[in-house]
Amino acid sequence: MIRLEQVSKVYKTSTRPALENVSVQVDKGEFVFLIGPSGSGKSTFLRLLLREEVPSKGRVYVANFDLTRMARRRVPRLRQSIGCVFQDFRLLANKTVAENVAFALEVIGKPRHTIKKVVPEVLELVGLEGKAERMPHELSGGEQQRVAIARAFVNRPLMLLADEPTGNLDPDTSQDIMLLLERINRTGTTVLMATHDHSIVDSMRRRVVELDLGRVVRDDARGVYGVGR
Amino acid sequence: MRASFVFSEVVTGLRRNITMTIAMIITTAISLLLLGGGLLVVRMIDNTKELYQDKVEVNIYLTNDVSASDKDCKADPCRGLRSQLESDPAVERVEFENRDQAYERFKRIFEAQPELVKLARPEALPSSFNVRLKDPDRPEVIIQTYKGKAGVDSIGDQSQFLDRFFSALNGVRNATFFIAGVMAVAALLLISNTVQLSAFTRRTEVGIMRLVGATRWYTQLPFLLEAVVTGIIGALVAIAMLVGAKLAFLDDVLAQPIKSGVVKSVEAGDLAFVSPILLLIAIGVSAFTGYVTLRLYVRT
Ligand SMILES: Nc1ncnc2c1ncn2[C@@H]1O[C@H](COP(=O)(O)OP(=O)(O)OP(=O)(O)O)[C@@H](O)[C@H]1O
Ligand SMILES: [Mg+2]
Repeated sequence: MIRLEQVSKVYKTSTRPALENVSVQVDKGEFVFLIGPSGSGKSTFLRLLLREEVPSKGRVYVANFDLTRMARRRVPRLRQSIGCVFQDFRLLANKTVAENVAFALEVIGKPRHTIKKVVPEVLELVGLEGKAERMPHELSGGEQQRVAIARAFVNRPLMLLADEPTGNLDPDTSQDIMLLLERINRTGTTVLMATHDHSIVDSMRRRVVELDLGRVVRDDARGVYGVGR
Repeated sequence: MRASFVFSEVVTGLRRNITMTIAMIITTAISLLLLGGGLLVVRMIDNTKELYQDKVEVNIYLTNDVSASDKDCKADPCRGLRSQLESDPAVERVEFENRDQAYERFKRIFEAQPELVKLARPEALPSSFNVRLKDPDRPEVIIQTYKGKAGVDSIGDQSQFLDRFFSALNGVRNATFFIAGVMAVAALLLISNTVQLSAFTRRTEVGIMRLVGATRWYTQLPFLLEAVVTGIIGALVAIAMLVGAKLAFLDDVLAQPIKSGVVKSVEAGDLAFVSPILLLIAIGVSAFTGYVTLRLYVRT
């Protein structure tokens, strides 16, 4: 599903590589935490998978795409098979909950009747039935993140990338979001989540890949956040 | 879904930057108005040239004593000149006009100014041959042959006057084209600026679109269409102004010269010819500018 082979990434404006000689493989249906201190390269890792950045060295494979050789015009196809969630939700403030979710389908040209059918379904899945006509500012942070997850999942992607999705939420709300991500993972969707949150990682007991200064320093199948940090 | 989505994006975009949209429409309209004016002048020149094409004459004026003594062109040198002209291969037709006929014509032309007619005496007007040429563009053949011949005083070439008339019209045309060009640059910069502004105000949307895998067409078509739609509105405004200008004053101003056959008027047909050109140019230029701007300034 995801394979990085000796990948290094050096940003033009910095001297230190953001990622250095990283090799990681993630299989279909896995749930993986990407952890590490600030600046260790977690977001860079995720951006490479989306082909928002290209590696300076090494190869990146996602689904059946070879990202290092991929033509620009095929990038949309790749992204249609990946869902994305961020710390800051990134909802459109002038659209309702339902419109925000529908937007993701409209802009990739899905027919109207499909949109009408699947948007309520996915809103129910994330527990937002009855709030479809609310505006984002009328929702709590946790609810906003649910909208973002609904939008990321509505096109049934092969994998879900989440960059600190609980970073702005309190522990209880974070726990709810994690339950939701687990549920999505149980549908067969690969989930890759970058996080700082010790308690979440410790309680879930899933695979943990730890980065430090751009290198993979740990890859445990059923890991915890780690001690002494 | 596709069409209605793009359409609603375009409308939202235009309304969001309403002041820029209006500025864009105005500059585009003025630049196209001037371009259209220039094109109409070109049409007018062509039509007027056609009008004169078969009327241009060379006038061979005879000396004072011939004019006074030989009213019917019966004696040399007048008779000789006439037969030479009649057998000249460059000449299509020759008409002799004596001093009295010239005076009659003078009176007719200046009917409206009796004081001028009163001042003129028949004795001041020469007899002349009015020569119609086979090739109206080459009066110099005649001028060279007959200049300085006995009995010839001077040779008047109407085409010289027409040349000056047309070069004045050409000047008007060039000036409008020049100003149209300058305005077009302003319109172009405004279009480019508006597209950038529009892309900036909608960077969140565009970011999400890119993230969920919208193709370039989907992310950029609304901006491109925004530019094209304002271009089209600008062109329509320009066309409306041209029609308005024709109805409001051009017809009045030119009424006199048109009636006396000096110039051809701007007709509905000319407007019908110019309008689609303006529309196509507006669409082409705004689409091109929008496209180049998106390529250069907006990350995809
Ligand atoms: N666009 C960029 N241009 C230059 N350097 C960058 C860019 N993005 C990230 N970096 C650098 O690359 C390194 C890794 O950044 P990255 O954002 O991947 O870290 P992170 O693990 O996500 O950190 P955080 O936990 O704070 O989000 C950092 O040193 C950062 O300064
Ligand atoms: Mg980060």
